[in-house]
Amino acid sequence: MQDHPPAAAWQKKIDLPSERGVTRLITDDLLEQLGAHGWPPSDIFAIHLAAEEALVNAIVHGNQLDPAKRVHVVCEISPERAWLEITDEGAGFDPATVPDCTLEDRLDVPSGRGVMLMRSFMTRIEYNAKGNRVVLEKLRDLAES
Amino acid sequence: MAAHRRIEVSKQGDVTVVNFVDKKILDEAGIQELGVELFNLVEHDNRKAILLNFSNVEFLSSAALGKLITLDRKAKAAKARMKMSNIRPEIFEVFQITKLNKVFDIRQNEAEAIAAF
Repeated sequence: MQDHPPAAAWQKKIDLPSERGVTRLITDDLLEQLGAHGWPPSDIFAIHLAAEEALVNAIVHGNQLDPAKRVHVVCEISPERAWLEITDEGAGFDPATVPDCTLEDRLDVPSGRGVMLMRSFMTRIEYNAKGNRVVLEKLRDLAES
Repeated sequence: MAAHRRIEVSKQGDVTVVNFVDKKILDEAGIQELGVELFNLVEHDNRKAILLNFSNVEFLSSAALGKLITLDRKAKAAKARMKMSNIRPEIFEVFQITKLNKVFDIRQNEAEAIAAF
């Protein structure tokens, strides 16, 4: 039984330009809100990393730094759920074609770890069929915290 | 010796100890600069024993991992030895997920790493 009504979820919608270094326009707020909603530091690290990787993928690989294209971000944070939807205006990709970076002969390849880190650190990540939108979700078990 | 903005370099005997200036290694331009400074240690300054001390680092992205992998390859090519230490648990988990803990020689702390060279 809850003693208090659930804290209102924080929501933000923002369109980012396709430039390097703009991820802070959303991650600064995100980090602040995760802290304000009582998320522990290890989860904040995990969500920050997944968000950063997804945003950089959208800006660099999706929109290919095209100044005419934007990255659309929607996020919602509550004490029990962190949810982000990141959409780029690029051609999309098939996440199944990203090679497994942990295979012995790929361990020393310098790129291709972002998607694996997102999958490991979030409860759920899901791409749309075109591959230009990703939804990241992390659920928190409040009973354990 | 080249000027450094992203790293602080000192010597402990024969070992070159590198500390990172930025707590969060995620800004693309900063990562590029970091890569150049790290690669210079091997390719320009000819350092043969390098310890990367992560005690100041709270966050790093996969782009930063890429630079560490490239540095490791360059070090091996130059017959230089590289070790890492003082990695906090969240970041060590990143190394474990990507299995980079098998690629890099990671030690608990600076003293242990230096003794292992």
